[in-house]
Amino acid sequence: MKRRLWKFPGGIRLPGFKAMSLSLPLAHAELPPRLVLPLRQHIGAPAEPVVEVGQTVRKGELIAQAREYISAPVHASSSGRVVGIGDYAVPHPSGLTAPCIEIETDGEDRWTDGADTARDPDALSVDELRSRIRAAGIVGLGGAVFPSAVKLTPVPERPIDTLVLNGVECEPYITCDDVLMRTRAADVVRGARVLQRLVGAGRCVVGIEANKPEAAAALRQAVTDAKSDAVEVAVVPTVFPAGGEKQLIRVVTGREVPRHGLPAQVGVVCLNVATAVAVLDAVVHNRPLIERIVTVTGPGVRCPRNLIAPIGTPVAALIAQAGGYAVETPRLIMGGPMMGIELAGDGLPVTKASNCVLVEAAPVQAPRPALPCIRCGSCAAACPVRLLPQQLYWYAQSAQFDKAQDYAVFDCIECGCCAHVCPSNIPLVSYFRFAKTELAAAERDRHKAERSRQRHEERQQRLEREQAARAQRRKRPARTAAPAGES
Amino acid sequence: MTAAVGSPFITPAGRVSAVMRQVLYALVPATAVYVYWFGWGVLINLMLASVTAVVAEALMLWVRRRPLGLFLADGSALVTGVLLGLALPPLAPWWLAVLGTAFAIVAAKHLYGGLGFNPFNPAMVGFVLLLISFPKDMSMWPDPVSPQLHALGFLDAWHAVFAGYLPGGAGVDAVSSATPLDAVRTGVGLGHAVDAIRKGDVFGLFGGTGSEWVNLALLGGGLWLLWRRIVSWHIPVALLATLALLAGAFHLLSPERYADPAFHLLTGASVLGAFFIATDPVSAATTPRGRLLYGAGIGAFTYIIRTWGGYPDGIAFAVLLMNLAAPTIDAYTRPRLFGQVGSS
Repeated sequence: MKRRLWKFPGGIRLPGFKAMSLSLPLAHAELPPRLVLPLRQHIGAPAEPVVEVGQTVRKGELIAQAREYISAPVHASSSGRVVGIGDYAVPHPSGLTAPCIEIETDGEDRWTDGADTARDPDALSVDELRSRIRAAGIVGLGGAVFPSAVKLTPVPERPIDTLVLNGVECEPYITCDDVLMRTRAADVVRGARVLQRLVGAGRCVVGIEANKPEAAAALRQAVTDAKSDAVEVAVVPTVFPAGGEKQLIRVVTGREVPRHGLPAQVGVVCLNVATAVAVLDAVVHNRPLIERIVTVTGPGVRCPRNLIAPIGTPVAALIAQAGGYAVETPRLIMGGPMMGIELAGDGLPVTKASNCVLVEAAPVQAPRPALPCIRCGSCAAACPVRLLPQQLYWYAQSAQFDKAQDYAVFDCIECGCCAHVCPSNIPLVSYFRFAKTELAAAERDRHKAERSRQRHEERQQRLEREQAARAQRRKRPARTAAPAGES
Repeated sequence: MTAAVGSPFITPAGRVSAVMRQVLYALVPATAVYVYWFGWGVLINLMLASVTAVVAEALMLWVRRRPLGLFLADGSALVTGVLLGLALPPLAPWWLAVLGTAFAIVAAKHLYGGLGFNPFNPAMVGFVLLLISFPKDMSMWPDPVSPQLHALGFLDAWHAVFAGYLPGGAGVDAVSSATPLDAVRTGVGLGHAVDAIRKGDVFGLFGGTGSEWVNLALLGGGLWLLWRRIVSWHIPVALLATLALLAGAFHLLSPERYADPAFHLLTGASVLGAFFIATDPVSAATTPRGRLLYGAGIGAFTYIIRTWGGYPDGIAFAVLLMNLAAPTIDAYTRPRLFGQVGSS
């Protein structure tokens, strides 16, 4: 069946490098002696620890709970003893530390009670489903890590008609979703049915990039087997960033999500295929999100492969299981080469967001120096948001940040297409991040100044009121005294 | 900030030098045709302008304390030199090419801040300087049908360019004639019909003898650049379409007074201008709709100047006029953002 597809603006074609991590079969990563679990592996408020140092925990046990609506709990990814609660280095572009719970594993990998009792999701009410998803700490596994339970709670004003499952995986090197779709296609479809029920979407489209024919075939087979005509498989052209949420929605539904808006505004909920499987595991087996598939790949590892890694596993342990480093001075990137973040070292833990550990050889020579912008407009032609990067660059480098904001710098999704096509080798994305940071700082300052101005005015008013009241008090006895004095 | 902070980590695909190199490749066939019809003077102009461009560029980079190797390697100065060299009349005195190119590089490019910062197309600034200052030398075009011209060898042409007269002692005007655009302008001014004027030797099948083939070769090179995605189609298509539309409208109105569209497209610097000069990214508009407007503006001004202005060709002036308008055009033609509803 051929279905209609649409196009998103811009985009570029990139070499895939996908085959290198697909030659070895998917395997479980070995349990490391220590796990470091960040309390904030999602968008929203950090989870709060409910365990103490020295306490023993079992696999799947809640160790930090979500108190806010937009938050997600954290569970022990194996059994062992809590040996530390405090700040650890985490995978973050800033390289800063963040609160984490450290567990010394006991090697027994014992499950907590209550897990693994299979339930039929159809027997559960939508509220039960939602609370299970919420309690399982499920977040978007495509990289944005937004708490899924929130996304799966539609509001009546915005009815959802289409569920889009994202199996595009457009970044070079990464194959974790590809492997997931090949090995658990039936679960993707079953997960899709659960999600469809939750959001009330009549149809579901699974978007898969054309460079993954095996995954698409596996899913098509699963759809046939499930005799479900509500789930469709859409093979989308291999154009980066087709896996961006708004880009994929455009490609498979023709709808454009409003700027700064949500997919729900056009009747769509979009989730990663891995999230769908995690949801299924949560509702059927009551299993929290404690592991994920991580692609360990790149020219810098000996045997690139995909590993099912417990959350909190140090990157170094995964690299060791991928044959170790193949280069002397590796550069580690978490995520893909276009939008990933550089890791300060291999001691950092895998989080719910870690889809890939890319190991490259650190550049031996300085990068080609940037030349002046010749305004060729290649960047604008490549931009999936239809921004004018040449204008944004001009304003960012001359510190005209208000102009950059006017030219919609905050709409930039930092996909890196502009920088990739730039003939002058200008690090455009770095400039745009810089402009965004400066604008955010200025906004904070403005906010602060506004608050202190209000405080000052309120104090002024209070002082005036008090003075007036004092004057009143002084006057009143005077008035009562005056007649007496006169008389 | 010259090094990237954070993603993307993948090596960028393009290079300025590759862009410039392909522009030069695209000019090779047309240059060969040009030499075939107009003699060795074409090559001498190219050599003079290229050498001057590179020397002037190096000098200015040194004065401005810029990394010499890095900026010379971008090839932009060479492109300016080659374009100006192609635009000058072959057999013109040597100092014309040298002066024009030096002015283009020193004043129009580096005094404004060098590569990427010049508001005007440097080659056209150099060309217009020469056109205004030395109108006589700039209108001395070799006659492509003169047997004398084709008898000149490379060294003879060299002699003419540096000594100012032909080896036999005759002036360069002995092998020169009015250009087709000039002939039509003058002829129509005298009340002759375009058809009658075009019976002359310098007129070929659609445009000028020889120059029409140069223009067709340039068109081939230009299409190759489009195919290679070195230039976008917007500017050349808008420019040539506007020129053709205006020429067509007036030709329909009065065929005796106004030449037909094919003549306008294949004479003078129309094709060179459309694909190689107006598309200079630094001085052009950059938004898709802006490029259409920009190209259309150059096409319109070119027609107006050719038909009613004081110069036979108008590409250079039209390009400079639209260079002035480019920033404004860009500001008013911002594309609709992805996800932007309505207009903002």
